[in-house]
Amino acid sequence: MHAEAVAGIVDRVVSQYRRDPTCLLQILREVQEACDWIPPEAIDRMQLLLGVPRTKIEGVAGFYAFIYTEPRGKYRVLFSDNITDRMQGNRVLMERLCNSLWVERGKVSEDGLVSVGKTACTGMSDQGPGMLVNNYAISGLTAERIDEIAELIRSKVPLADWPPAFFKVEDNIRRADILLNADFKPGEALLAARARAPSDGLNSSNMRSWREGLPSGIGGPAATLDEIKRANLRGRGGAGFTTGLKWEACRNAPLKAGHQRIVVCNADEGEPGTFKDRVLLSKCPDLVFEGMTVAAYAIGATRGFVYLRGEYRYLLDHLNTVLSNRRRENLLGKDICGLPGADFDIEIHVGAGAYVCGEESALIESLEGKRGTPRNRPPFPVTNGYLDQPTIVNNVETFAAAALIALNGGEWYAGIGTKHSAGTKLLSVSGDCARPGIYEYPFGVSIRQVLEDCGATDTQAVQVSGPSGICVAADEFDRIIGFEDIPTAGAFTIFNQSRDMFEVARNYVHFFQHESCGFCTPCRVGTSLLKNLMDKLHKGAGSPYDFAEIEKLNTLLQSMSHCGLGHTACNPVLDTIAKFRPYYDKRMMQQDFTPAFDLDRALSAARQMTGRDDAGAHLATEHGGQS
Amino acid sequence: MSHTFTLDGKTIPFEDGQTIIQAAIAAGVFIPHLCYHPDFKPHGSCKLCTVKVNGRHTASCTMRAMAGMVVESETAELNAERRALTQMLFVEGNHFCPSCEQSGNCQLQATAYHLGMMSPHYDHFFPNRAVDASHPDVLLDFNRCILCSLCVRASRDVDGKNVFGLSGRGIGTHLIVNAKSGQLADTDFSLSDKAAQVCPVGVILKKRRGFAVPIGERTYDKAPISETANGN
Repeated sequence: MHAEAVAGIVDRVVSQYRRDPTCLLQILREVQEACDWIPPEAIDRMQLLLGVPRTKIEGVAGFYAFIYTEPRGKYRVLFSDNITDRMQGNRVLMERLCNSLWVERGKVSEDGLVSVGKTACTGMSDQGPGMLVNNYAISGLTAERIDEIAELIRSKVPLADWPPAFFKVEDNIRRADILLNADFKPGEALLAARARAPSDGLNSSNMRSWREGLPSGIGGPAATLDEIKRANLRGRGGAGFTTGLKWEACRNAPLKAGHQRIVVCNADEGEPGTFKDRVLLSKCPDLVFEGMTVAAYAIGATRGFVYLRGEYRYLLDHLNTVLSNRRRENLLGKDICGLPGADFDIEIHVGAGAYVCGEESALIESLEGKRGTPRNRPPFPVTNGYLDQPTIVNNVETFAAAALIALNGGEWYAGIGTKHSAGTKLLSVSGDCARPGIYEYPFGVSIRQVLEDCGATDTQAVQVSGPSGICVAADEFDRIIGFEDIPTAGAFTIFNQSRDMFEVARNYVHFFQHESCGFCTPCRVGTSLLKNLMDKLHKGAGSPYDFAEIEKLNTLLQSMSHCGLGHTACNPVLDTIAKFRPYYDKRMMQQDFTPAFDLDRALSAARQMTGRDDAGAHLATEHGGQS
Repeated sequence: MSHTFTLDGKTIPFEDGQTIIQAAIAAGVFIPHLCYHPDFKPHGSCKLCTVKVNGRHTASCTMRAMAGMVVESETAELNAERRALTQMLFVEGNHFCPSCEQSGNCQLQATAYHLGMMSPHYDHFFPNRAVDASHPDVLLDFNRCILCSLCVRASRDVDGKNVFGLSGRGIGTHLIVNAKSGQLADTDFSLSDKAAQVCPVGVILKKRRGFAVPIGERTYDKAPISETANGN
């Protein structure tokens, strides 16, 4: 592509984003959609137009796995590499595609046409194995489909002309409850919230409090906040913070001149095995957007964002259409529902392959067009969030629940579920079961019940809430989903007796290593050390010494890491050591310490260069140097 | 009005807005650190300065001091953890002290001595990193970079140049310079920049000054880091 053509593309994208450097990630993403990568000339132009240094642009581009500063081909294929994709045979399919296209895994083909690599879970565990082609999701891969894809790439058929059936994503809703069954008309929840104002005479002060974000807002906003508190709603993203308290803290945060309050919907659903936000956004986006608008009403916010994970790029156009419809219906924009001063709008930012951006302060950094590094806290986002303004960040499911609470009242909602866990929870069920998909249950459902409903037999373990969650063994299946027992962000990955739980943990450790942001020493280096130790055990070179090392690293990661990623990176290892020890013992083939350095393996480059692979070209090693 | 907290049983006064490490240094108490520098906004990334506040681990360079806090620092547990972090920094890069021009002036080396680090313990990563000798006055040896970002902050906040930045992610995080060629010679970097003075290890080296001060007579040869003015 000529430098002038690149400059033209950058000019178009940058002006579309009002030359706003806080939109840098969005600009990079859209320039790449047009150029297939970020050529140095594009950075020249951005530097000029945005007035930001090259170091910043390259720093941001280098952080996100889906932004390329080197050519990766016209077709960029990434196989989802969650443990469920592995169980569904993604490795064989990947090899098939590589062989068919004559391309080495992770590299670009010699003609520069295609690259094939792997990526973290793409959120299709219920219909895997999955892949992304130029960031568009394809699921349900089979050998036949792989062959078709290879042919389309070889024939250079533009992605837009590929069979639409390839890109079909199923909702797979298996059990619906109040949320997924909601008979909801856009605007209803807002009208119900407004109607909570004690009398019509107070409407003007309601709107004044929205506009100015008065902490002592009376009438509708305060009454709406009360309903959320009465509902005992807790965050659905995993941490389970009380939503009413978060909203109230943001509402009460002092507002500096020129600042406004911000509502952010965290749709960066990156936890491997989770896909319920994908289904909520595809099936009931109005409910989610309305929940955000209810939040804006309750806290006096005027600007909203949805941070959509890059893997869900395919949802973007549809979601933007829904937002346009809502603007047309006067459910977003100025004077919402005809109330003067009730202003709120939502824009969607798309991520680019960084799990850590699911952490709320990293997400805010990313929204500001920066590297997704978690912030030092305090201060917290409720007082100093997006561009230092008071900000609430809530999960997709939390906002959907908030809309229902605004509609039906807090008392109604608190009556569902258990005493400590009000309402329902969406579970993303995948792995070894007959009916993977979305199951919505009132809190308090037992693991056993879920297993029964989804047709899981011979179950050995369930990973609840993904790698950063908890691994539950068979003797614990009567435990329940709820904040008082097993809290969850939604993933529910099932492993039958044939699965090797060490390999499950190893897959998760690789995931954390890949997703560590690299900011703090313990997580940056520690996750790599942990990965190397698990790989050493995998190769049969492990000894009790390595085992002790793993446990020491776990402790260090938990105490010294900067954010939750490092704190939880060792959970899958700790859990599987405690509950499935024999899988580890089996691998400790060495009684004494064996160095990780494998001399025979180190000779592989020499073997490749000389074209020799006979016995004489190998060292005789006890633990099989040919791994 | 000034308030106090306790650090390892000792009463430490502080002013509103001071962090734990600022108050500690002002009171003459050393807390190991690498990415903290009194002239710059705290970064909180190396985690060497981690202390326990009311029983919870936290970085003392980013945590504001509060009246009545009970802070632990010089404990066997914390020093063992700091030692492990130092070992991690050693194996992550290529640190060969005997042949390094910064030996004796290096905060990483001095901190390792302070913490009683006897070996790198972990397996070396042996990363393959190029050096940048393009600049007439300065050599960049990325092998020794510990990603403290002091040069990034100095160039951005003091020099107003943005010569340095961090790119990549995770274990692939690395220092970059502000030039399309990626070469320091193509930036507006100069030897008089603040950024040229702040590297705590041996990445930013002045050319033609090698071993001007003989080994044995350097900063941390004379006194351990804990007794050297503020450890900086």
